[in-house]
Amino acid sequence: MNDIKQQGNRLGIIGWLTGGRWGFERYMYSLHRITGLGILSYFLLHIFVTSSRLFGARTWELVMGAVANPVFKLGEFAVFAAFAFHMLNGLRLILIEFGFAVGKAEEPVYPYRSSVNTQRPLSVIVIILAAVIVCVGGYRFFFMH
Amino acid sequence: MTEKATQIRFHIRRFNPETDTAPSWQEYQLDVDPGMTVLDGLHQLKHTQDMTLVWRYSCRMGVCGSCGMLINGRPGLACNTQILHVTRTALTLAPLPNFPIIRDLVPDLTEQFLKHRELKPYMIRPDTSEMQHPTGEYYQTPDDLLDYLQFTYCIKCGCCMAACPTLATDPEYAGPQPLAQAYRYSRDSRDMGYADRKPSLTADHGIFSCHYGSECSSVCPKGVDPARAIQLMKRQLVLDYFKLLRKKPPCKTLGPNEHAERKANIPAAPPYTV
Repeated sequence: MNDIKQQGNRLGIIGWLTGGRWGFERYMYSLHRITGLGILSYFLLHIFVTSSRLFGARTWELVMGAVANPVFKLGEFAVFAAFAFHMLNGLRLILIEFGFAVGKAEEPVYPYRSSVNTQRPLSVIVIILAAVIVCVGGYRFFFMH
Repeated sequence: MTEKATQIRFHIRRFNPETDTAPSWQEYQLDVDPGMTVLDGLHQLKHTQDMTLVWRYSCRMGVCGSCGMLINGRPGLACNTQILHVTRTALTLAPLPNFPIIRDLVPDLTEQFLKHRELKPYMIRPDTSEMQHPTGEYYQTPDDLLDYLQFTYCIKCGCCMAACPTLATDPEYAGPQPLAQAYRYSRDSRDMGYADRKPSLTADHGIFSCHYGSECSSVCPKGVDPARAIQLMKRQLVLDYFKLLRKKPPCKTLGPNEHAERKANIPAAPPYTV
């Protein structure tokens, strides 16, 4: 086989979002990774911003002035929304990865029912709770400050 | 009265390693009758329009696992997917992603088979002489059988591997097919090889790289549910780590029934060949 020229066909990061007609949970998988990276980016930015105090009051005020920009406020809300989803979906994944909510092995009889169906209520609950938290948080974020 | 044929536009991903530097798309038109499978459609195209079209198939009945391909963006078997069940206008066919392409719609599944072998997908027991020259049967209850039966239906078609988002970015990840089979054997009450499989399961790029994208179970054409097997395997590993795993006693061997009488018209078993 080694002498046959082959063409690579790995989907890569693009495959998280495109490449096929995927199911609901696969998009939750992708969103979990993206929100995780978003939260990590915020964390790094947060360290950078707070550490600017080390360089004196003037630098601190300069940096605080920069982050007072509405774009940063919107970004902060995006981090909050990402955190809400990531936390709830993380709890769902912990439950599933400990073997809860996936059900017991059953004989496959067509039309097949799989663990995806068994855990689906958890996915729905995660989405609803995340939406509620984002809406309530959004109201407090934009209208009560 | 027969139903009228529907004209379907086939978009097929082509790649010839001898002449092409990258895959390209080719379009065909075909009249599709109700009940016609994707495999039937490909045969029609090859016979009537383009004899250079290449794909892999064998049994035509969803048993051999040869004809896995990306059918309208979803991994599935060409032989058990009816064209009019997935489209009324256009059908897109591409080789299974996450595998190298040998030619046109033929993926190279070698990587999957090597990972499968790495996880020791066979019965491991200390009594090798009993396994090779059985004197009786290993005792197993119907409930014991149901614990793993679902996972024995795997035909290694590679659809789950093509749908896995972790495998899309981590080529070294073992993948759903081999991991599900590791659980299938470890859960078998006759097997005693869990400790042998554990190092490969818990290694980097092993079972804990799965984060339940769950697409492997959605696309499995045999209802094997690899995602379930993987999560149940993880539970076993975690319980084992915390020393909470209840160890099952090895299953008993039942000897021949001493009271049974052999019927005179049954010929003797042929001699062992291995």
